[in-house]
Amino acid sequence: MFAATMAAVLVTMILALGRAVLGPTTYDRILGVNMAGTKTVLLIAVLGFLTGRPDFLDLALIYVFLNFVGTLAVLKFIEHGDLARSAEDAD
Amino acid sequence: MDSMTPIDIASWAVLMLGAFFCLIGGIGLHRLPDFFSRLHGAGITDTLGAGLVLFGLMLQAGWTLITVKLLFILAILWLTSPTSTHAIAKAARMAGLEPMLDKSDESQETSA
Repeated sequence: MFAATMAAVLVTMILALGRAVLGPTTYDRILGVNMAGTKTVLLIAVLGFLTGRPDFLDLALIYVFLNFVGTLAVLKFIEHGDLARSAEDAD
Repeated sequence: MDSMTPIDIASWAVLMLGAFFCLIGGIGLHRLPDFFSRLHGAGITDTLGAGLVLFGLMLQAGWTLITVKLLFILAILWLTSPTSTHAIAKAARMAGLEPMLDKSDESQETSA
């Protein structure tokens, strides 16, 4: 059953990456990449159970944070064109 | 598969349900017409899909440290994914992306 769940998560990842490649706007691409990142967390968790090594969950925990910080960083870069600029400087 | 305990059956059902919601969200991400409605597709996979898959894994793990780790992943995922979805939606709105609204009233006005 872990293999079936993994297959569904993989198909979802491919669909999300397809939206990231096709996406008409930049924000569609960010949304697709963000969703693929969330699915990576699920994939790592299920893979740990499939191979009988649930220690992989620590990696999944790190991927949640990486995905969140990465999405916000890309959004800030697109909005301000500079990661080091604060919101006050933009005004 | 004849040695399945009730916990295994419950875990199987919850995992399959979670995988089903993941697929629904993935298909929605492709089929929905504009960016703001596609956010709904991503939201389904982040809340119901991830929640049910991780809950099914929790049933498999039992009362161990693994369940605690899965609970942490679930809690952090449920905090961060609405935040990032909100940030994407707000950034798109600030950039001037208009949501696709119902055109039925407008078409009635033009036809009248």
